[in-house]
Amino acid sequence: MDLLLDALVIGVLLGCFYGAVSLGLSVSFGLLDVPHVAHPAFLVLASYGVFIINEHYGIDPLVAGLLITPLLFVFGLAAYRLYYETFEKRGSDAGVRGIAFFFGVAFIIEVLIILQFGVDQRVVTAEYIGKSWRIADMRIPYRMLVAFAVAAALTIVLTLYLSRTFMGRAIRAVAQDQEALRLMGANPIKVKQWAFGIATAVLGIAGALLIIVAPVDPTLDRAYIGRTFCVVVMAGLGSMSGTLVAAIILGVAESIVLTMFGASWAPAISFALLLGVLAVRPQGLFGRRS
Amino acid sequence: MKRSGIAFWIGAAVFLAAAFIMTKVVGNQYPFFAGYVILQFIALAVAWSILGGYAGYVNFGTSAFFGVGVYSSVFLVKAFGAPLPLQILTAAAVGALMGFALGLLTLRMQGIFFSIATIALTIIIETAVTNWRFVGGAAGIQIQRPPVTPPFDNYVQMLFFVQALLVVLAVAVSRYIQNSWIGRGLQALKDDELAAECSGVPTLRLKLLACVISGALLCAVGAPSAMYLQFANPESAFNLNYSVSTLAMSLIGGTAHWSGPIIGAVLLSTTQQLLTVTISSEVNVLVLGVMLVLFVVGAPEGIIGLIRRIFSSRNEGKES
Repeated sequence: MDLLLDALVIGVLLGCFYGAVSLGLSVSFGLLDVPHVAHPAFLVLASYGVFIINEHYGIDPLVAGLLITPLLFVFGLAAYRLYYETFEKRGSDAGVRGIAFFFGVAFIIEVLIILQFGVDQRVVTAEYIGKSWRIADMRIPYRMLVAFAVAAALTIVLTLYLSRTFMGRAIRAVAQDQEALRLMGANPIKVKQWAFGIATAVLGIAGALLIIVAPVDPTLDRAYIGRTFCVVVMAGLGSMSGTLVAAIILGVAESIVLTMFGASWAPAISFALLLGVLAVRPQGLFGRRS
Repeated sequence: MKRSGIAFWIGAAVFLAAAFIMTKVVGNQYPFFAGYVILQFIALAVAWSILGGYAGYVNFGTSAFFGVGVYSSVFLVKAFGAPLPLQILTAAAVGALMGFALGLLTLRMQGIFFSIATIALTIIIETAVTNWRFVGGAAGIQIQRPPVTPPFDNYVQMLFFVQALLVVLAVAVSRYIQNSWIGRGLQALKDDELAAECSGVPTLRLKLLACVISGALLCAVGAPSAMYLQFANPESAFNLNYSVSTLAMSLIGGTAHWSGPIIGAVLLSTTQQLLTVTISSEVNVLVLGVMLVLFVVGAPEGIIGLIRRIFSSRNEGKES
């Protein structure tokens, strides 16, 4: 019973972390319909950015994540521009070629990281890494608590941004009906580009969390393709709070399977959940589409 | 038989004869090691295009089929010491079943959701195999090659020839499908599934057929790989690289004609073989990524599309 409770608590914390790394995809794939398979590769790239800053200047990884956020924002703007010019503008068949394109990009990023840093695992140093908090019989690592708090904050900020600010509402509008937005005199492409920039900028903090929670290596993105897409599809495309809930479900499921059956079964969980959701309820648990 | 049909079969016979003579004449073993991999990718790309190209259902689960093919062989060898032809046939049967299951998935999802589901399927099967102790689990398993059957004097040479046979089989099937009502039906449902269904195209049956054929061929191609490497582990047998390489080769060559995947596979896998030997395997993945991005951006219809565009512009020039 204790073991199960343990698994449950860790699962919730882990789930919040998964939520944080999936938020960007929830905007880019969920709201904008961009098949962004390179999202996890961007995430790992951000982690390496955080790693460099932490290693050279000893700056806290979360602050480092904030520091690279503007850079990632600009990177996201450029990436969407390229995607738009080559696929959406030409129209037909953007889906398939889009996935192929982003897979190509992901592979390029992977190899460039390997050529620069080698295949070794990288870690960051900070006060809260490696210590844990004892409560009753449980030991909860501080890094998981940090991930939990930051993930929750990030979700709230992004939800507020999308519902309260002018640009945020424009992003949701472009997701609902691009033509209508055009008729209102706005430029949907500008709005989508901005949204993709935001989706990439969020990866600064998410990348910091990724390298805080566990060591990072160049091919880690492959494991996260499944997890992030699972979370976003399960949540129903484009719902931020739904993303967090779906991520927590995934985290708890993984954690319980890990405790009951061992680590080797864990990778199948996110994908089995994903298949189940796709087969039974393709619009997701909190979907925007009927 | 039409003239193009005769030309095709003569070409296939010449190709097989050349492959066979090569095993007799060439003394160096390396060309067979490299050639096997190139042939394997040609067969994979051609088999993939039956579903991914003609029907437009982008299957990212090539590595799932390939891996299942590898592990069917591993299981048969470990349990019964089965011979190579039986391994390939069994793998094809298992692949057909998997293809059928995949076909049922297309009932509920299309487009990117289908692609994501196939990735999911890959990881689930890989995890199951990783936890299957009998075939070695995560650590992998060593496989002993049986003595080689005449007329070959070396096992790798025999595998090379077997893979050449599989290439001819895959191309013949793919060519037949393209020229028959199946191909036209698949083309119709690729363009507009609803419209095809409404005009009486049996879309479900066609999709299932394409999935079963494609799946059986993909698995059959994977089967000899266990003997080729004399080792199998889940991580490499189910590697995502197979999926992305196969997709890349088909897109680079062009999926509108059966020869497209062959062109793409020859081009890309030969480049990769040369680079792996001369530089490193990382650069090899880099080339895959760069070529994929370049072609998807620059030549969306692949090399076939480029050639057609050049010819049609020339013809237009003549007419005017």
